[in-house]
Amino acid sequence: MSEAGPSLITIFIGMVLVNNLILAKFLGLCPFFGVSKKITNALSMGAAVTLVMLIASIATTLIYRFILVPFKVEFMNIIIYILVIASLVQIVELFIKRTNITLYNSLGIYLPLITTNCAVLGVTLINAQENYTMLQSIVSALGGGIGFTLMLIIMSAIRERLEFADTPKSMRGLPIAFIIAAILSLAYMGFSGLI
Amino acid sequence: MIEKQERLTAKKFWQELAKGIVITNPVFVLVLGLCPTLAVSNSLNNALGMSAGVIFVLLGSNIIISLLRKITPNLVRIPVFIVVIATFVTILSLVFEAYLPPLYESLGIYLPLIVVNCIILGRAEVFASKNSVTLSIADAFGVGFGFTIALIIVAFFRELLGTGGLEVFGKQLFSIPVLAESPMSIFIMPPGAFIVLGLLLAFFRMIGVLKHE
Repeated sequence: MSEAGPSLITIFIGMVLVNNLILAKFLGLCPFFGVSKKITNALSMGAAVTLVMLIASIATTLIYRFILVPFKVEFMNIIIYILVIASLVQIVELFIKRTNITLYNSLGIYLPLITTNCAVLGVTLINAQENYTMLQSIVSALGGGIGFTLMLIIMSAIRERLEFADTPKSMRGLPIAFIIAAILSLAYMGFSGLI
Repeated sequence: MIEKQERLTAKKFWQELAKGIVITNPVFVLVLGLCPTLAVSNSLNNALGMSAGVIFVLLGSNIIISLLRKITPNLVRIPVFIVVIATFVTILSLVFEAYLPPLYESLGIYLPLIVVNCIILGRAEVFASKNSVTLSIADAFGVGFGFTIALIIVAFFRELLGTGGLEVFGKQLFSIPVLAESPMSIFIMPPGAFIVLGLLLAFFRMIGVLKHE
């Protein structure tokens, strides 16, 4: 690495555990509370988000370093990033549809939703804010995606069991999911000593 | 005749305004826009700053999208909405950076993330692209104030329990003697956000303001 900055391992562990996108940064909460009721769905959604996050990070880092910074128009990054992500989602959707129809059928309905998923835009903005290099951005996106998927799976497993639990009437559904998220978040705070 | 029609729109204006605040409160009823609600509700200052930002973007995008509603082709409406919203968010972020640097710093990446706030895109798609400019303004204010009220309620409990007092724009409103010395700082950290919002949702359901699922 020519540029100084946090090491790749630090970024990775930070994104997966310490600064978990869902529990510490509150990004991507809609799929977290909406989709995560079955483990298979959670896995598909997580995989789709990770894929888009990775490609979007590569594309936005290239644009940021070679177009926005040289022309001194960094303030345009919000508009550029959202357009890049929206078109990337379309391209990825078309590509998967043509090459792997089984994957398309399992990811299909989640792909369009990812455009407005703040986790993807969040990671690209964090990359720009921290001024990560290409390699650092890739690791950060990968870590973010894995941490996101992990959380979706944990949450869906808990919610599958919760269906049979005797929760108070007014706590049923979303409120109890929030309380579970709070407990998970509390548990994840224990990782903060890692980096 | 004309007068009657005008009064009718005025009545509708207030109806739309009230609807957004209470009946379809974006946070407590529709459970939209959770990321900013949870992330910036750790202090009243942040909550107010974020609300002002959301109202500005919502108002701007609703007006522009409503004006463009007849010439926007149906097929590309979502990209058009996104570009309009992103433009207003860029304006907002530049203004905050120039005039309110401390607020800009503490809102961090959640300021640009207003772009993907489902509330704004949702209002563009559901309301502004189908209704007149006046009604869209009412809708923007209604939904914006609904969001503000929700954010203030959450931030009130978090700051009160997490720091033992309330502070708005650098002015200490009051502090609770024992709590201020040993505050429950968990409430200004991430878990506190989930706890407070979860309990608030449950409370609103219990007293019957919200429907059960």
